[in-house]
Amino acid sequence: MTGATRATSPGPERIEGHAKVTGTARYAFEHPVADPLYLHPLRATIARGRVTSVDTTAAERVDGVRLVLTHHNAEALVPIGDPELAVLQSDEIAFRGQLIGAVVAETQESAAHAADLVEIRYERMAHDSDFRDDADIVYTPDADASPMLSPDLEEGDVDAALADAAFTVDATYTTPTEHHNPLEPHAVIAAWDDDGLTLHDSNQGSHLVRDLIAPLFGVDKERVSVISPHVGGAFGSKGMPHGHVALTALAARHTAGRPVKYALSRTQMFELVGYRPPTRQRVRLGADREGRLVATEHDSLEQTSRFKQYAEQSASASREMYTSPNRRVTNRLAALDVPAPTWMRAPGEAGGMYALESAMDELAVSAGIDPVELRLRNEPEVAPVSGLPFSSRNLPACLREGAERFGWHERDPRPGVRREGDWLVGTGVAASSFPSLFFPGSLATIRHESGGKYRVEIGAVDIGTGSRTALTQLAAEALEVPVEAVELWLGSTEQPHASLAGGSAGTASWGSTVVEAVRAFRTEHGHDPVSGAETTAGAGKNPDAGEYAMHSYGAQFAEVRVNADTGEVRVPRMLGVFAAGRIVNPRTARSQFLGGMTMGISMALHEHSVVDERFGHVVNHDLAGYHIAGNADVGSVEVDWIDEHDPHVNPVGVKGIGEIGIVGTAAAIGNAAHHATGVRVRDLPLTPEKFLR
Amino acid sequence: MRLNLTVNGRAMTADDVWEGESLLYVLRERLGLPGSKNACEQGECGSCTVYLDRVPVCACLVAAGQAQDREVGTVEGLADGEELSTVQRAFIDEGAVQCGFCTPGLLVAADDLIERVPEPSDAEIREALAGNLCRCTGYEKIMAAVRTAAERSGGTSGSGSSAGGDRT
Repeated sequence: MTGATRATSPGPERIEGHAKVTGTARYAFEHPVADPLYLHPLRATIARGRVTSVDTTAAERVDGVRLVLTHHNAEALVPIGDPELAVLQSDEIAFRGQLIGAVVAETQESAAHAADLVEIRYERMAHDSDFRDDADIVYTPDADASPMLSPDLEEGDVDAALADAAFTVDATYTTPTEHHNPLEPHAVIAAWDDDGLTLHDSNQGSHLVRDLIAPLFGVDKERVSVISPHVGGAFGSKGMPHGHVALTALAARHTAGRPVKYALSRTQMFELVGYRPPTRQRVRLGADREGRLVATEHDSLEQTSRFKQYAEQSASASREMYTSPNRRVTNRLAALDVPAPTWMRAPGEAGGMYALESAMDELAVSAGIDPVELRLRNEPEVAPVSGLPFSSRNLPACLREGAERFGWHERDPRPGVRREGDWLVGTGVAASSFPSLFFPGSLATIRHESGGKYRVEIGAVDIGTGSRTALTQLAAEALEVPVEAVELWLGSTEQPHASLAGGSAGTASWGSTVVEAVRAFRTEHGHDPVSGAETTAGAGKNPDAGEYAMHSYGAQFAEVRVNADTGEVRVPRMLGVFAAGRIVNPRTARSQFLGGMTMGISMALHEHSVVDERFGHVVNHDLAGYHIAGNADVGSVEVDWIDEHDPHVNPVGVKGIGEIGIVGTAAAIGNAAHHATGVRVRDLPLTPEKFLR
Repeated sequence: MRLNLTVNGRAMTADDVWEGESLLYVLRERLGLPGSKNACEQGECGSCTVYLDRVPVCACLVAAGQAQDREVGTVEGLADGEELSTVQRAFIDEGAVQCGFCTPGLLVAADDLIERVPEPSDAEIREALAGNLCRCTGYEKIMAAVRTAAERSGGTSGSGSSAGGDRT
């Protein structure tokens, strides 16, 4: 059942690869529309207060300006419970950078120029943007209010167990605000006509955009079309529609049918489309003489916005990872006058596993036990909190295979003793885990065109992951036809309803849907269907849901070099070995793992949105100031996976691979940096000055 | 102003151009060539890389007026009709394309690298492409694609594209 794969076929090439390398794949902003207008937003320059006056006279005189929209002349939207979408509905300002108006003009440049000429006066109110542990701003979110939240957990007697433990760790780790920065900025083209609203929109779920925007404007869903054939990356930032979609659709109400185009600038993306909130996490671990955990405590404090609550619960990473008879897991929020955070690749796990897996390394060091061995000794038989059996759990195989491949057994555990020239050298390991999710409610249409050709339609969105290719493969396999015989259509509300591209659940949810729809098609039309035979169906409820704990796992190994004089940190070598169920397409899957690990390197070494709490904004709000890993920052990154057949997760046996690659990476690098230098840095990112003392 | 320029070997004209708008805006919004991408607007990410008189530049940093009477090569001009260029083919084969937004700029930068350095070392590839940010792939597959493209070009000049114009 397990054993490392030695890939035979790389898998089909990316279906839209040709369109992308020839520059003919059309992203949202590029859809050809007749006679477009361009929007430039007006944004608050204070962090809290209200707009007292707006003078648009000068802006309206600019040649080519067709509209200046503010809360004075914007139409009323229907309150649907999402403050981000309720743009221009009042004079209130809840965070710096908030959308407070728009200029629409014949060219982008004239819209931007005119926006500068709008005179806005404010009544300023005191704001608080300083992330800290302070009773005035800290609270525990109501877990009953959302199925996405888990309640705090208290099992056994953590304090007594820690007092009796042979080895203990008590450490606080911090992770900073991070921004997704997909290469494609959020963009939308909005046009109203007699049939309703058409949005060419860069998103992770066209149907979700429709489901929110239609009621916002008080129109039937059938009157809103959302089209998104190609998306230039998202990482969670395009999961929910943000205010710019509502703003552009509002503006397009005033343009007599002319389409309005708006692509956010990179700087605007640091305020308007969410971010990974900063965290402060305290982890206490206690172990017996053999290194078996007797107590696990994980408390996480995370930033949220007073404007709109978001909670990702980083401490929950410690609920199911290792065996521990005594356990306390608490998640708290600090509410500030800041933009709303949102999901960013592995929300919760990325930061939470950084803390837990760093603490495990500290425990290994204090107990004198090899860090791979320490994890193996704490491997649970069943899911520790729920008591459910695992649908499959191959973390030990990942650790053993990775250790073998990485050359781990040659490692001298002593920190700070290897030097090559000016460089201190070390290696580190960390485990990864991510839940295997399945989003219900998707439908697919299978249609036999003629001559053995099939058309498959599902309203999912391929955000660059390779969904289009994987779904085509799964459809072809289920239909028992070559891949070339299947033409897959996705991306828009013209296709049947599909769930969001998120939670690493796309291939699992949509793949199961496509496979079940093929089965329904065969039941209805047999194996020799007439031309035009068609069936629309979805996946039923998984009978194993709730009966098993379902997660993917991985082991990350890093070699780190820290310059003895400058503190510069380099990562010349990484290896990730994963167990994530069935890998549908090795070629596209490998790239997903690699991309996740590289974003993890970036998280470890570079990414940090620096907030100036005096003004409530991110100072380094562009790609010059916000560093993401470039080609020259990355060394050798290798990826492999364990063959894993999991009959329980879903009909296609897929666990999801989009997020697990980033989980554990920063901990592996931090642990290796400690091994190299003897300096334990607990605050990301691992910038040079933190190693100099 | 009226802007006259050659793009991918074809003479093109755009009217009512404001001299200060970017070459990238002209290509994408006026000439119907949205292959070159706008991702940072300030020359940090390389997604808008095009040839200007056979030299790779960030089109977002070139004012429209500066392109007057000059030759521009974009991703749309890399292929020879239906025949993909060597770098384009290698990017597909190696799985170096994910979301595809950095791809057009990377292809031009890689095409230029192989033209200048027919057998680039890994360090030379990383350095040459350091100005092209990618958020999806993690660069490994991009490295593999450039190595493959260089190999297939046989260490001789060029990757068979025409976007750079007639390089003598």
